[in-house]
Amino acid sequence: MGLLDRQFGTSNVIVTSLENLLNWARLSSLWQMQFGLACCAIEMMAAAASHYDFDRFGVIPRATPRQSDVMIVAGTVTLKMATRIKRLYDQMSEPRYVISMGSCSNCGGPYWEHGYHVLKGVDRVIPVDVYVPGCPPRPEALMEGLIKLQEKIRSESLVKKTA
Amino acid sequence: MITDFGRVFLFFVLGVVFVAGGLVTAWLIRPQRWYPAKLSSYECGEEPVGDSWVRFNIRFYVVALIFLIFDVEIVFLVPWAVVYSRLGAYAFVEMTIFLAILLVGYAYVWVKGDLDWDKPQPNIPVVKRRQEKPLSEEVTV
Repeated sequence: MGLLDRQFGTSNVIVTSLENLLNWARLSSLWQMQFGLACCAIEMMAAAASHYDFDRFGVIPRATPRQSDVMIVAGTVTLKMATRIKRLYDQMSEPRYVISMGSCSNCGGPYWEHGYHVLKGVDRVIPVDVYVPGCPPRPEALMEGLIKLQEKIRSESLVKKTA
Repeated sequence: MITDFGRVFLFFVLGVVFVAGGLVTAWLIRPQRWYPAKLSSYECGEEPVGDSWVRFNIRFYVVALIFLIFDVEIVFLVPWAVVYSRLGAYAFVEMTIFLAILLVGYAYVWVKGDLDWDKPQPNIPVVKRRQEKPLSEEVTV
């Protein structure tokens, strides 16, 4: 456990100010784990390109999980890929977040019934923060997912969690 | 009054403080929940093979050295090229001599064969076998 991470018993004005600062820093530079799985990845690339410009949210694609904060699972997660995704998620440093993009990674998508090789939702192997519906979702939808994630991070707390 | 080396010392101290400050801040605010899978080496999501401290072939070292020489050459060439029109013939001759010296080094490396990337020639054993007759010849009717 870190010195500040969920170590406070009660909340007060200092803790909340610190929370605001940390959360603001974290949500303003959500570096993205750079990998795409299927057609959703094309939309993700469009979101990162100049027209939609993910960079203005502080989302920069990074080549290694050690440097990245958010994993955008963009596309069909096959069973073969699922073990890799689990490993990549494990190798990301905390705090780490996951956006599940598109029907395939949400629930299996068109392969939900007869896809013998498709994982029925990436949340079966890693915890997901935000689900973005669509097949594939447009860049605007992914952007909204990202803003939702930022809202989620904004409400994070340093106070010790009680069961 | 601060001396010239005092300034260097100041830079040194600032550098140490900058790096140490970043590390200490990260140590303060990061969540520390470690488990073996998180600490495993990153190999594009594959199962890591061996250690990350593997030994590299010594030949890479020579290539890196040669690269460094020409890298530095570019560092000297670019500012020279930027202000070339104002320098005149003297600078041209001087740069030609500089390039000639490096070229001699390059020729030396070439002649010595450090640029040849000799691939390993594996000695594949060949088993000599007695030629057996086809089955049809052995069968007598």
